[in-house]
Amino acid sequence: MKQIQLPDERGHYGVFGGKYVIETLMPALKELEQVFASAKSDPSFQKELKYYLRQYVGRPTPLYYAENLTRQLGGAKIYLKREDLNHTGAHKINNTIGSALLALRMNKKRVIAETGAGQHGVATATAAALFGLECEVFMGEKDIKRQALNVFRMKLLGAKVIPVSSGTRTLKDATSEAIRNWITTVETTHYIIGSVVGPHPYPMMVREFQKIIGEEAAGQIMDIEKRMPDVCVACVGGGSNAMGLFYPFINHEETRLIGVEAAGLGIETGKHGASLSEGKPGVLHGMMSNLLYDDDGQIEEAHSVSAGLDYPGVGAEHSYLKEIGRAQYVSITDEQALEGFKLLSRTEGIIPALESAHAISYVTQLAPKMKKDEIIVICLSGRGDKDVNQVADIMGVPL
Amino acid sequence: MSRIQNCFQKLNEKNEKALVAFITAGDPDLPASQRIFSIIEKNGADIIELGVPFSDPLADGPVIQAASQRALKSGTTLKKIIQLVVEIRQSSELPIVLMTSYNPVFAYGLKPFVDDALNAGVDGVIIPDLPPEEAGEFNSYASKQGLDMIHLLAPTSTQDRVRLIADESRGFIYYVSLTGTTGMKSEMSGNLKTKVQAIKNVAKLPVLVGFGISGPEQAKQAAALSDGVIVGSAIVRLIEQNGNPADREAKIGDFVARLKQAISTLE
Repeated sequence: MKQIQLPDERGHYGVFGGKYVIETLMPALKELEQVFASAKSDPSFQKELKYYLRQYVGRPTPLYYAENLTRQLGGAKIYLKREDLNHTGAHKINNTIGSALLALRMNKKRVIAETGAGQHGVATATAAALFGLECEVFMGEKDIKRQALNVFRMKLLGAKVIPVSSGTRTLKDATSEAIRNWITTVETTHYIIGSVVGPHPYPMMVREFQKIIGEEAAGQIMDIEKRMPDVCVACVGGGSNAMGLFYPFINHEETRLIGVEAAGLGIETGKHGASLSEGKPGVLHGMMSNLLYDDDGQIEEAHSVSAGLDYPGVGAEHSYLKEIGRAQYVSITDEQALEGFKLLSRTEGIIPALESAHAISYVTQLAPKMKKDEIIVICLSGRGDKDVNQVADIMGVPL
Repeated sequence: MSRIQNCFQKLNEKNEKALVAFITAGDPDLPASQRIFSIIEKNGADIIELGVPFSDPLADGPVIQAASQRALKSGTTLKKIIQLVVEIRQSSELPIVLMTSYNPVFAYGLKPFVDDALNAGVDGVIIPDLPPEEAGEFNSYASKQGLDMIHLLAPTSTQDRVRLIADESRGFIYYVSLTGTTGMKSEMSGNLKTKVQAIKNVAKLPVLVGFGISGPEQAKQAAALSDGVIVGSAIVRLIEQNGNPADREAKIGDFVARLKQAISTLE
């Protein structure tokens, strides 16, 4: 079987990826590449990472057969990879534990992060508390409002939350501000990016920390079903949980990989976050990838009910997987995602994150069209506690 | 000889340092930029950098970010800025350098951009988020056609990067004097002398110092150690603070004249 070995040594996935950053950061990226490579091949680093993932994060997470949901949809068997059961309630911590250990290896005592839904901010603040690092999290003012619970969690964990009032006041501008801060503090600070985005080596590094999702899922499905799944489904904002699930399956070509983007108010309204389905190649936040921008190259505002998918770009490797046809990308509206949110809560007793609800919602369309002996694995990337206030608000239920 | 080369040769003959003035094109609108350009030229700037506004300028501090927003609000696009250069060139031979994020150039198309910019009379381009590692395609076409690609060096640059960038740059080398985004700082970095000297040891091109130069005193200090200075945020701030065009132009003219005066009276 042909093994895809990407990125290349310059951090490119075909035409995507790369290091589109100001000179000030180039030496730090090079250092990070070297430190990551040495950590990756260092058994003591791997042992330490494994220890924390097991004893602190709670891995491996279960691969749960969603029997009720399967019965209700009446088609393929649906398994949920329960990343919502990780400590802090989402897959983000897989990356932040690894990245915080890298910061220690580089002798950097301060970490910064951007956050949309707040899950990555919480996961970074958690790792920083665990390892005694100073932590600042950049978050758009709009997201601070819709994710108040996570803001308070970060503060409890000892992190400083910096409100970002520029531009769209969401994840895009939080990322821009985090990069600006990093340009200023790069000599003492490690930037922990929350997704498979940004300049090389970030998309590769975050994938390497997240691929445990797919590695575990592959082993678990082999144990249970004695075969690989027919389809893997995951939501895609920046795309880290999707990349984590997909990566170990890339060379198993019988498994279809489907990423679900945010269609927001509907693709036709222009208010969405579907950068793979609707965007074109461009450069933002240090990488070439699919982006939403106008004819003059100005980045357009994304829209999604879920703060974590409210981003006009996407991981470089997803752009590549789409281009070569290895993965397929679809989109789900805010309204459909809310239906998925309610459906999983009622049928399985699991309240999913609004981000993950996009993947659930797509599977409600897909599963009935598949045979009963076929298998779908969904990455349930996070739990929905953080979204309960917002959903109540949308449903008009006073709390 | 290109306008930029010609400019440095003349300065060299007079034993003078270069003053590069930056404004964001289209801030507050394009006709205003054209008038400000001519005021800056009259008051002694040697090169003018026109910033191309971008929705997400990662290398910029708050002052130039706000200028970008004002320029975008007034409908400024890269196409219109190139048209502005056409108009400026009817009466000016001052070297013009565009400073832009990469995406507007990428959206325009690399070759069309290089061709149109050169035809309009643009002399060089600074694209902070297009380091030599990613600039291959753009650089080879731009240098073939004669558009100077000016790269940045920073306090964090290692010796091998200094060499790489000295090799890849055309026109001049832009030394970013602080580890940070564009904006005014009250003090110059203490190791400026060593850093600039290290670049000059390997580079044939002039080395100019920018980022963080807020007024005549710092311009003087930086110019004494280099081939010239680039002043941006301090000028843009005057545009921001002065809504009345006549006041604005008087203040900018006076400020540029004082900068030029300061770097012309070095011991």
